[in-house]
Amino acid sequence: MDSDPFVIAGKTFSSRLIVGTGKYTSHEVMQQAHEASGTQLVTVAVRRVNVTDRSKESLLDFIDSAKYALLPNTAGCYTAEDAIRTARLAREVGLSDWIKLEVIGDERTLFPDNAGLLEATKVLVKEGFVVLPYTNDDPVVCRKLEDAGAAAVMPLGAPIGSGLGIQNLNNIQIIREFAGIPVIVDAGVGTASDAAIAMELGVDGVLLNTAIAGAKDPVAMADAMRLAVIAGRRAHLAGRIPRRRYATASSNPDGLIAGS
Amino acid sequence: MRITLNGDPYELAEPLTISRLLATLELDFRRVAVEHNLVIVKRATYDAAIVQPGDQVEIVNFVGGG
Repeated sequence: MDSDPFVIAGKTFSSRLIVGTGKYTSHEVMQQAHEASGTQLVTVAVRRVNVTDRSKESLLDFIDSAKYALLPNTAGCYTAEDAIRTARLAREVGLSDWIKLEVIGDERTLFPDNAGLLEATKVLVKEGFVVLPYTNDDPVVCRKLEDAGAAAVMPLGAPIGSGLGIQNLNNIQIIREFAGIPVIVDAGVGTASDAAIAMELGVDGVLLNTAIAGAKDPVAMADAMRLAVIAGRRAHLAGRIPRRRYATASSNPDGLIAGS
Repeated sequence: MRITLNGDPYELAEPLTISRLLATLELDFRRVAVEHNLVIVKRATYDAAIVQPGDQVEIVNFVGGG
């Protein structure tokens, strides 16, 4: 919808879906999935180059910079210090000063470390980064991140890669109500309906990776996600009916032949 | 001389600039970022920064991620 722009830090996107570049069976499949998803923003990770084997093709050869903006992440960082170092390196590559900030607090759940996340957000905002923190679905933490200068908050729907869907609908809704910046549900989406539900709650966007990359047919799933995000957003704007315990007839009883 | 490159010991014939190190490793400087003794190296200074014995160098690039 032209009258419904998705804006983060002054940059307008026509798609509310942000997708990853990890776990694809090939760069070609990833490229086709990105195309099918309609996304304009893709996440990448920052890792040491392999100095002994440089034969591998570069990921960037498969991401058209005219079509997709890059959102580097600090995935795998367990301290604010490591995340800040990684963010600085990511910016130095020279393709983006945006950062999907992750400071992980636990290996099994990959849940964020709130204290470290807040600390790293403050430092990176001061250094001029556009910071999009991956956070718990906690309205208070999200408010602190916003106060620290985050450009958006990205609460998890469920653990990364779990495909469990949005576990705490109420919290996501409260986060959206509290926030004066975009709210992007990041992680937990398993299939199209999960993305649609997130959007119906009123969030501004959805970020996902595994749900597409790990699907049997990633390109078809990317298309499904594109449609789900659009459908969810439109349903949100349309305004759903209230939930009621009992039926309300759709057909007017006036003029029923059985009437008296 | 020995340096630590991406966490591993690495042998170099002599001290050299970051520019020459990247050329030696056949890396495209437009696709990587470099940290030298824990400090980010700006591209404009690749010709000036000299890697000395015992130095720590990190060279990173973008890979697939979510």
